[in-house]
Parts: sequence; C-alpha cells; structure tokens
Amino acid sequence: MNARARFVAVVVACALVLGGAVSYGALAFAAYRHAQEGPSDVAAQHAADASSGASAPRIVFRDTAPGQDYGHVASVPLTDPRATRTVTPLVCDRVYATERYESCLQTVPGVVTTYSATVFDESGDVVKKWGLPGLPSRTRISHDDALVAFTSFVTGAAYATVGFSTATDVYSLATGHDYGNIEQFTLRIDGKINTAADRNIWGITFVPGDDDAFFATAATGGHTYLVRGSLAQRTLTEVHETAECPSVSPDGTRVAFKVNISKTGTAFWNVAVMDLATGQITMMPDKRDMDDQVEWLDDSTILYGLPHAGTPGDYDVWETAADGSGSPSLLIEHAWSPAVITQ
Amino acid sequence: MYITLSDRGAASKQSDTARVATRVSSTVVAMGVVSMFTDISSESVAAVLPLYITAAMGMSTIAYGFIDGLYQGVSAVVRIGGGWAADRSDQPKWVAFFGYGISALARIWLLFATGFGAVTSVIAIDRIGKGIRTAPRDALISASSRPDNLGRSFGVHRMLDTIGAAIGPLLAFLILWILPNGYRAIFVLSLAFAVIGVLILGVIVRNGHPAREAGRRPVRRIWSVKDLRLPGMPRLLVATAALGLITVGDGFIYLVLQARSAFAAEWFPLLYVGTNIVFLALAIPLGRWADRVGRGRVFILGHCALFAVYLITTIPVGGVSVTLICLALLGAFYAATDGVLSALTAQLTPPEGTASGIAATQTVTAVARLVASTGFGVLWFTVGREHAIELVAGLAVIAVVASICLLRPMLGVLRREVALPAGLDE
Repeated sequence: MNARARFVAVVVACALVLGGAVSYGALAFAAYRHAQEGPSDVAAQHAADASSGASAPRIVFRDTAPGQDYGHVASVPLTDPRATRTVTPLVCDRVYATERYESCLQTVPGVVTTYSATVFDESGDVVKKWGLPGLPSRTRISHDDALVAFTSFVTGAAYATVGFSTATDVYSLATGHDYGNIEQFTLRIDGKINTAADRNIWGITFVPGDDDAFFATAATGGHTYLVRGSLAQRTLTEVHETAECPSVSPDGTRVAFKVNISKTGTAFWNVAVMDLATGQITMMPDKRDMDDQVEWLDDSTILYGLPHAGTPGDYDVWETAADGSGSPSLLIEHAWSPAVITQ
Repeated sequence: MYITLSDRGAASKQSDTARVATRVSSTVVAMGVVSMFTDISSESVAAVLPLYITAAMGMSTIAYGFIDGLYQGVSAVVRIGGGWAADRSDQPKWVAFFGYGISALARIWLLFATGFGAVTSVIAIDRIGKGIRTAPRDALISASSRPDNLGRSFGVHRMLDTIGAAIGPLLAFLILWILPNGYRAIFVLSLAFAVIGVLILGVIVRNGHPAREAGRRPVRRIWSVKDLRLPGMPRLLVATAALGLITVGDGFIYLVLQARSAFAAEWFPLLYVGTNIVFLALAIPLGRWADRVGRGRVFILGHCALFAVYLITTIPVGGVSVTLICLALLGAFYAATDGVLSALTAQLTPPEGTASGIAATQTVTAVARLVASTGFGVLWFTVGREHAIELVAGLAVIAVVASICLLRPMLGVLRREVALPAGLDE
C-alpha cells in the first residue's frame, strides 16, 4: 500500500469506529428518551410549580423512582406518607425544606459541570444562590427558618483531587450574614485547640429553638467527632468521638448520627441515637450500611435513606423507633433526602 | 515527509542558525494527533470518574481519593522498561504501539467493569500503558526532528496532546448533559478514540529506527545505570530531581486558591481548564524560545513561574485576577518544562539511548513530584497551609540556584551534538 492508500484506509476505519460509537450514543439517547417519557415507577401527580401543595404538614423528599420524575423534589402528606406523591418541576441532588424555605443542592450539567446550592422561598423565588466546589452532600435549614447550612465535597476533575475534603457553609436567612466556611471556626478536641489542616467539617444540624447552637461532624487524623458549634463564638467543641452526620431531635434532647462500625478501610455505617443529657448511646436495630443524615419524623421516630436493592441511584426512606425498639419499616419507596414539615 | 536518514548528522554539521527549520516533520504532527485522540480518550473517562464512582456506583468519595492516587502513581517504573525496550529494539514506534494498545484494551474492559476493584484494575492497566509509551514516543519525536528544532517539535506535540486533554472532559460533560446517566456512552466513545489513536499510530506514523538511521548500532544489553553516564546527564538528573522535589501537585494550589477566593471556589471544578488553555497556547512559543535561548534556561524559568504561583498564594489576597494570574503561570510552567525537558534530554543522549534517557529524566521527575506531593500533604496537615507553602517557596529558591549551577553547561544553545562517550562510540 502506498502512503495515500494507507491514509484513506485509516480515515475510513476511523470514520467507521467513530460512527459506531456515535450510533451507540444515539441508541442510548433514544432509550433514555423513551424511559424519560415513560411513566414513573410509582404513581404520582404533578404540581405546576415548586410551591404548590405547600400548605399541609408533609414530607418533602427527592424522588428516585426510575422514569420521568427521577431527581425531582416531591412530597407526601405527613398524615399519610404512603399516599400518592406530588412531584414538583424542581430537580435537586439533595433537598431540605421548612415551611418557608427550600434548600436545593444541584449538579448543573453542561459542557462544564458545576454544582450549586439554592434557597427558594415559599413562592418558589430564589432567595440566594451559591456555587459549590464539588459534589453536593448535605443541607439543613433551622426549624425557625433563620439559618441554612450546606456541605459539598471539594472535588473537581481528576486533576484537582488530593484526597477527601469537604466545604460546609452557614448563612443566616434572617440577617443575611454569611458565616462562610465553618472550617475556619476554632475546633476543640479533647479540650485542646486543633489546628490540623486536614480537618473537615460536614453535616450540620441546627438545635431547635436556639439561633446560635448547632451540631456537626468534625474529622481530623482519621477520626470523626460529633462537635457542638456556636455561631457567635465561632467555635466547634467535641462532644463525642466516632459520629458523623448528626441530626438533633425536635425536642432537642437527643442527637442521631451514623457510626462507622467497620474495622477495615471501607466504611460501614449504622445509626445510633445519643441522649445529650446522659451521654447514653443506643444503637438502632437496622444492621444495613446507612450513608445518610437522619431526619426526625417526630420525637420518637427517625427516618433515613437506604439504597433500593438492584437499582443504582434509587433509594427508599425507612423509619425506626428512636429508642432502638422494634424493627425498621419502609416508609416511602423510591425516595431520598427526606425533610419533615410539621407546621 | 521531509525526514531523511541523515537528518541528525546533517543538522549537527550546520553552524548557521539561519537555516533553522521552520516546520516540524509530519511524523511529529502524526504523533501529536495520536496523543490528542488518546488524551481525549483517557481524559474524558478521568473527568467523569469521580461522578461515576460516587453517583452511579454508589461508593464514597474517599474511595475515589485512593483510585486517584493509583491513577497518578503507577506508571513510573514501567517507563524505564519502555525506554529500554525502545532503545534495545531500535523500534520506538512499536514499543509505543504496545503501550497505546494496552490502554485501548483497558477501555474495552472498562465497559464491563462493575465493582470498585475492577475499575481500579482498569485504571492501573491504562496507566501502565501510558508508562510504556511515553519515552518511546518522545524518542521517535526527537529522531524525527532536527536537533536545532527539538523544542519546537515537542511544543507542537504537547500542544496537540493538551488539546486532547482539554477536549476530553468537555466532551464527557457534554454527553452527561444530553444523557444524564450516559457513562457507558462516554466509555464507548473513549474506546473509539483510543482505537483511532492506535490505528493512526500503527498505519500512518513512520517506523523510525533512531540508531540505524544515524548510522549507529542499537545497544543490545540489559538496562544499566551506566548508560546514563553521558556528558551532562547526571547533572540534568540531579537538577530535575531538585526541581521536581519542590513541585507540589496542582490540586494543592487549586485548594489554596479555593480557600482564598470566592471566584476560585465557585469555578473550582474548572480551574484545570484554564491551566490547560494556557499550556496549549504557550507550548509552541516557549518550545521555539527554548530552541533559541537554550532549553536549560527555559526549563529553569518555567519552574520560576511555578514558584511565583507559590509566592502569590502566600500573599493573603484573593480575587479573580489573582486566580487568573496563578492559572496563567501554572500553564506557562507546563509549557516551559514538559516538552522542553524531553528536548533537553534528547540533545544530551545519542540516538541509540534517547528513549532510555528520556525515560530516566521523566521517571526522576515523576518520582520527585510524588515525593513532593506526599511530603507537602504531610506538611499541610501538620504545620498548616500557609507555613507549608512558605516552606516550599523557600526551598524553591535553593532548588533554582542549585539547578542553575548544575545546568550551567546547558543554559545556552547547543550548536552541536554532545560528544559521545568513548564506550558508546563505534
């Protein structure tokens, strides 16, 4: 073969290879559209905008049923969580809601993927929006609507990853004050100020009826700690070791968190509830691996998400008694990131 | 193709710079295109890997940190083997082909890999392929270029390579935008680009024989450190080690910028795009400049640009302009060092030892940078971000001064090829 013939042969071969890949992509796209336009795996009614149906006590969550509603924010009545869900047009990776506000962490797909945190008010208008430095993780709004917190990982493309890092910001919806990344707060572990640069803070929960106090996870040197924070004093103080993603009960007496019970490098989490007055810890009966921030249904019941077996990206919300009695039961199928609005 | 068998010898006899070649050979351009397609292939996967592992496979981000370390670290040792095999066989093209082929096969496996272990293995194999091919590829580029034109040739190659590295992630995110769960489509397209790269390399790229074409005999013996005892090589290796030891990962610099500036925090996932754009824009100009004023000089100046970034990050100011200046300097650092180091090595090594020489300097750089990143990581955690970067900036001054002394003989333009040691001369 002469050079010209070779060149033509390579161009033809490359066109065939690329054509094959593009055809595969087109078929995948067609299949995706088909599934998108197909009905959701669960019955649902659709709300015209994010705010509709926002008056009754309800559980707001991220719909993870495969189909057209995947990723949308949905809700069910608190009085009947197994009733038909109402799906809104809003799409979030992680959501939290109170009567007045909704905090939505999103992956914004595009030619370049970015991540954002947005707080919406009850009429669906944007109150404030932030860019996030990586994949969304956790968000919470205080029950008196004064504060919002959100956590994301600090991960860019492969170039910019130097291990595990998180960023957690707190913002006052009441005063407009931005507390910024609370990693800058003074951290005290075992009574000593910790200045290690590998410290990470994530998973904030606000103490009900207190505009200054919150709990969060602090991690440094391979250990995790439940810390109590003060916004005014800009401090984080260790309360307990080996605890992540805390969640304070509505009456403020207990805090639920996940405990890494794995003895290997791969984490395996179970849920525990700690009595803040006595320090007594009760492990929950659910022995499955749980990677979520607990939400309290009421003072005696906790909610958390677990992967829906067999479908990656699909989850179910389970409930269990907070005193560790009984056994867990399925509350909302194909749902993730629950937020209870009692009013 | 303008390459002739006597290119190297002919060019070395020329003393007048007036006849400096203004064009690079078609082999260099073809190798650049091969690298471009291969980089589209590997970077499209690398960019979505964190998302794929956490979102689609449901694993934690901590697991990703481990996979990323593997991604960066695997290739150092196989690099030496790749360089040696290329020199011994005098067939750099086919050794490189083997490396590109392994990476393409890894992409087929990626389509079927489901668990964390499988994905890690695929990435390790891909990196082994990259380790094998790098030195033979650069040796073929240098064998296809005139000695007075090496910087420019490597500049052209690195520009095309970086265009691929810039297109890959954008293409991957574009697919995810259209097709939210389209990881498999990305992997299929990645495989297609890898196959295209291998096809072009196998059929179009000239099968060069650096030693025979220069009228010399390939060195047929097992790898030995003695082969690196060429005039200037020990100095170059020590200098690259010194400079590499204070080259901490970009990730750390991006993290400092992110902590300083709201702009950098918001655009954190895209900072590397800015660096890449500057890199590809400056690769040719700085390569040509290295040909004109001396490769050693530009190589050291490139590191000075990196140290300027360190200094800027120690000043407690944030903001858009600071971030952009840092990205520009970081891009300039890559443009002034990556291809220039290969050009510098090629000018110090005889044709039958170029691949081994390039493999040696690249391995020294990779290992030194790995040590630097790990050491800096420890410093970052123990003395804190500010002090860690101040310490590195201080060490950088020492390293630059030391490398200026070491590379003194190479700071100017080499008008002739380095005299060959007696043992290697025929």
